[in-house]
Amino acid sequence: MALLEVNNLEVYYGVICALKGISFEVNEGEIVALIGANGAGKTTMMQSVVGLIPKKGGTVTFDGRDITKTPGHKIVNLGMTQVPEGRRIFQELTVYENLMMGAYTKNDKKQFNDDLERMFELFPRLKERRNQIAGTLSGGEQQMLAMSRALMSNPKLLMLDEPSMGLAPILVDQIFDIIKELHKAGTTILLVEQNANKALQIADRAYVLETGKITFSGTGKELATSDEVRKAYLGG
Amino acid sequence: MKFLETLLNGLSAGSTYAMIALGYTMVYGIAKMLNFAHGDVIMVGGYTLFIASTMMGVSPLLALLFAIVFCALIGVTIEKLAYKPLRGASPLAVLITAIGMSKLLQSLAQIVFGSATQPVDLLDLGSVSIGSLNVSMYTVITLLCSAVIMISLSLFVKYTRTGRAMIAVSEDKSAAQLMGINVNFIITITFAIGSALAAFAGFFMVLKTFNVEPSMGAMPGIKAFTAAVIGGIGSIPGAMLGGILMGVVEAFAQTSPVMAPYTDAIEFSILIVILLVRPSGILGKKRREKV
Repeated sequence: MALLEVNNLEVYYGVICALKGISFEVNEGEIVALIGANGAGKTTMMQSVVGLIPKKGGTVTFDGRDITKTPGHKIVNLGMTQVPEGRRIFQELTVYENLMMGAYTKNDKKQFNDDLERMFELFPRLKERRNQIAGTLSGGEQQMLAMSRALMSNPKLLMLDEPSMGLAPILVDQIFDIIKELHKAGTTILLVEQNANKALQIADRAYVLETGKITFSGTGKELATSDEVRKAYLGG
Repeated sequence: MKFLETLLNGLSAGSTYAMIALGYTMVYGIAKMLNFAHGDVIMVGGYTLFIASTMMGVSPLLALLFAIVFCALIGVTIEKLAYKPLRGASPLAVLITAIGMSKLLQSLAQIVFGSATQPVDLLDLGSVSIGSLNVSMYTVITLLCSAVIMISLSLFVKYTRTGRAMIAVSEDKSAAQLMGINVNFIITITFAIGSALAAFAGFFMVLKTFNVEPSMGAMPGIKAFTAAVIGGIGSIPGAMLGGILMGVVEAFAQTSPVMAPYTDAIEFSILIVILLVRPSGILGKKRREKV
């Protein structure tokens, strides 16, 4: 059974239809990539799945439970969380406080300390900057903080929205290495990317989103070698 | 000595403004709206004191407690009934609703209690003299209470789970929801705290004038709102600073025969000057996007 199953999801902004009934699934242990151009509806899809923007139609099931109408703040406790587009860390809080917010719904002090240690191992830079105000971090560091903040809730499914956006190539490689590592450690990953090349390299399966519709799907390899996808998203 | 006395009077008037300004600024920070009914919550607090002290004859401290609880309830109720249904509506609709709420509260008070000033039987605390310095007990109590409240509030926001959640919500509602923070709950808490602070402000005002009337919250509300904008709306230390500044300027303007008639004008022109130099207020932050 799929860990996340999205069925015929429709989202409207006023009268404008942003998602025209999209369906996809993420199985446990997979990396699934969703690629598409700017304005295709990738972020809309991410936000509506976790209840941040209302759905007009369709259903979302996570871990066997219907979460179509679950409010946004109840999602994280079910085991699904998201690193939003543009990182969205809490700029006025310190690195440490941001990580505390990541574990907001958890009450286990020991678990918190263990998770904190794990994050500092994964991102040594954050340990050095533990008490720094997050708004003063560099873009790459902010992305690392956003990822570790999400991981503090120990999600079964981690959703990443454009993790490579605005980062230098060397940092992009680093972020993708970390995604692979997280996946190896057992986290299921749904990745939304404009950097289709990178995303298809690490994805087990992928979907192509075009103006609110899913137009292609297949394994990462299939899509990476498909002529149409290559022409549209991989620069020939 | 005269200078010190004026300064102390200014500081105590300023702390009252700061109490009110904190309500404006916290609600703005969290719910991104200007709650123009906030000043009238002071009046609700004032009338609660009137009922408790004058009509029921309870002790001033118990009366204050009643006022705090009742104001918090009123604040939360206003939010649930009037503002929550407008979440996501145009700012203009919210603004007009808030002004309407303000008028509604004032009119209700007029219907129930009449438009005349009513006396409140709180203790007249007299004054204390330290050397040649003569300060009213009202000033001392206002200063001490406000200091304790402001320090507690700052510690609450910085060091408690709910306080940090408030900062998170004020910065980014969606990201806060992703963390599992119930934004509606945080908004409720914020209205409760802001309105409880308004009750304190009402208490300080009554302690000074010993009476209440339906529009007693309007002018202090507007001045405190101005103070919140001067300090940087959304910033808690900013509201404290703006409020104190407002009170001190007011006290000094009132002691000068030339300036006294223009006290209000002087206070509001500070706003213009500050906004010309720092458009986001003294401690207000402009947020930069980082790539």
